[in-house]
Amino acid sequence: MARKVFRAMLEARILEMKLSSLYKAGKIVGGVYLGKGQEAVSAALGAQLTMGRDLFAPLIRDQGGRTAFGEEVIDCARTYLGSVLGPMRGRDGNIHRGRPSQGMFAMISHLGAAVPVVAGALLARRLKGELAGVVGATCIGDGATSTGAFHEGLNTAAVERLPLVVVVANNQFAYSTPNDRQFACADLLDRAKGYGVEGHDLDGTDFLQCLRVLAAAVGRARDGHGPQMVVARLLRLTGHGEHDDGSYVPDTLRAGHLGRDCMEVAAAQMIETGYATADEIEAWREETGERVQAALAAAQQDPKPDPWTEVWQACSKPLI
Amino acid sequence: MDGGLAGLFEAFDLNTAQSMSITYVDAILQAQETLLREDPRVFLYGQDISRFGGAFKATKGLAEAFPGRVLDSPISEDAMAGVAIGAAIEGMRPIVEMQFADFSSIAFNQLVNHAGTHFYRTGVPVPITIRLPSGGTPGSGPFHSQSMEAIYAHYPGLVVVTPATVSDAYHMLIQAVAHDDPVIYCEHKFLYRWLKSPSIQDDGLSLGQARITRPGKHATIVTYSAMVHEAVRAADRLKSESGWEIEVVDLRTVKPIDMDTVLASVARTGRLLALGEAFPWGGVTAEIVARVAGEGFHLLDAPPSRLNSRDTPVPYHPNLWAAHRPTPETICLAMRELLSF
Repeated sequence: MARKVFRAMLEARILEMKLSSLYKAGKIVGGVYLGKGQEAVSAALGAQLTMGRDLFAPLIRDQGGRTAFGEEVIDCARTYLGSVLGPMRGRDGNIHRGRPSQGMFAMISHLGAAVPVVAGALLARRLKGELAGVVGATCIGDGATSTGAFHEGLNTAAVERLPLVVVVANNQFAYSTPNDRQFACADLLDRAKGYGVEGHDLDGTDFLQCLRVLAAAVGRARDGHGPQMVVARLLRLTGHGEHDDGSYVPDTLRAGHLGRDCMEVAAAQMIETGYATADEIEAWREETGERVQAALAAAQQDPKPDPWTEVWQACSKPLI
Repeated sequence: MDGGLAGLFEAFDLNTAQSMSITYVDAILQAQETLLREDPRVFLYGQDISRFGGAFKATKGLAEAFPGRVLDSPISEDAMAGVAIGAAIEGMRPIVEMQFADFSSIAFNQLVNHAGTHFYRTGVPVPITIRLPSGGTPGSGPFHSQSMEAIYAHYPGLVVVTPATVSDAYHMLIQAVAHDDPVIYCEHKFLYRWLKSPSIQDDGLSLGQARITRPGKHATIVTYSAMVHEAVRAADRLKSESGWEIEVVDLRTVKPIDMDTVLASVARTGRLLALGEAFPWGGVTAEIVARVAGEGFHLLDAPPSRLNSRDTPVPYHPNLWAAHRPTPETICLAMRELLSF
């Protein structure tokens, strides 16, 4: 498990750094949103889920989770580069991608919206008699916990006692808005309590803690203990998007514990615990870099959408 | 008693109604019973719809007949729509009852941004049916009277239906659930118990097809939902008072619009009034006028016109309410002006 999570983190980090370069080179239209600093918690969640059985609704900083869940690099590359061969076919871009028929939902930009949607998907499994052993998970940030959709969705999941895991990456800022302008409760976990949901606190910069806590939370949901809410304390080590320098984050915070790079912590912990050697990690880094580079190169050669042949049709079965 | 209220009490004529057997709301109940019985993918989700049977009793007895498939939701319209979307992606056919159409504003984001965009973005359709108890009734006031069809029709990816008859209430709900795309099913509360029919008939029309409710040759009223009945009343008066023969087209589905039927009618009559109960700014009637002007300008003998409610919130008191929405009297006035060209 540790090796799987670490490799997903590595792939996410390498992929996103290359996306950033492509963005700065003007090769990507639209925004680029990175999960730098949030890979550990995201990948630790994704690795607990099995594609084909479980459900996953990632958000904008979940490349780690997507990769760990089993999303192919090429899907990400094609969506960012507007390839017509990607899952979104140029109709939607960047992190707004998914393969819903494989249990990976395609996020909309409206925060919190996925919480009730995953709850509904789990309810469907229950109605079909296929809920045993299934977990549905979604990721949000501290800012999204202020939305009505989050509250309505979490409450609904709790009322139905569904195996939903909501992972809140509290990266201290919603775009530029700090926690103290976002909520007044002492701890976001108080919200879990308010809905009768089990809460799990987590240092999101600590790789081993991420592995342990996500395994526990997903396990509790899978074993029938109802919705679980995980709040990971961490810092986004980048702007909101690549257009943003994040200058509103105080240097003291960056220099403190939350400013630790989970990737570096993870590499050190992997070696310390004997999960991998430094040489192995280096080899993974090299192999992943080549694989990511190949996918991005391939996606750049892909056909782009063509307005002349585009099927301009929003409904699957036009009535007229 | 003013003219508006006379029309109102005419609408509540129970003597006529009692000889009939199936009400509009019964048809909705029966359709849901049929759907639950015949399609294991169907479940119902909404506030107070389980053992209580719904605020309007449109789900009465269904929770007992279909245990575990008629579920009370919290007062969380956003989550209700979200739950339906997630369940539909997983292969179910949820029917959501919004207690009042007005409250679907809370679910607006899920419906237009999630359900409406899903097929275009991902290739996976979202077969949800959202029942909206719509339109005004006396005493209901600003927040239990709204007609939301134009709001949803504006967004790509949604089908919006507005049944005006008992049989349409039944068949269009069955068709809505069978349809693979999200359907906003606007059922008119004023018709719930007033509108009755001896039986449910099937004239073979599908979603997206309009009906000529009353044939005529001098002018066309294109309308939908409860206004179909007001239009027919107005047409009857114009016939008896002045001999005008007015054609009434019931759109049945407002998104998409059956322009073939609309244009064919305007071709016969040369005159158009688009009639709706919703607020006057934009909306279905504006769309009808714009399309007829654009696609059938050569067919028109008079400027295409429209009649809607007044541009205020829907008022509470029956005196005000009856004068807020179009009535047979105001429809007749609009028609006489149209016919004077």
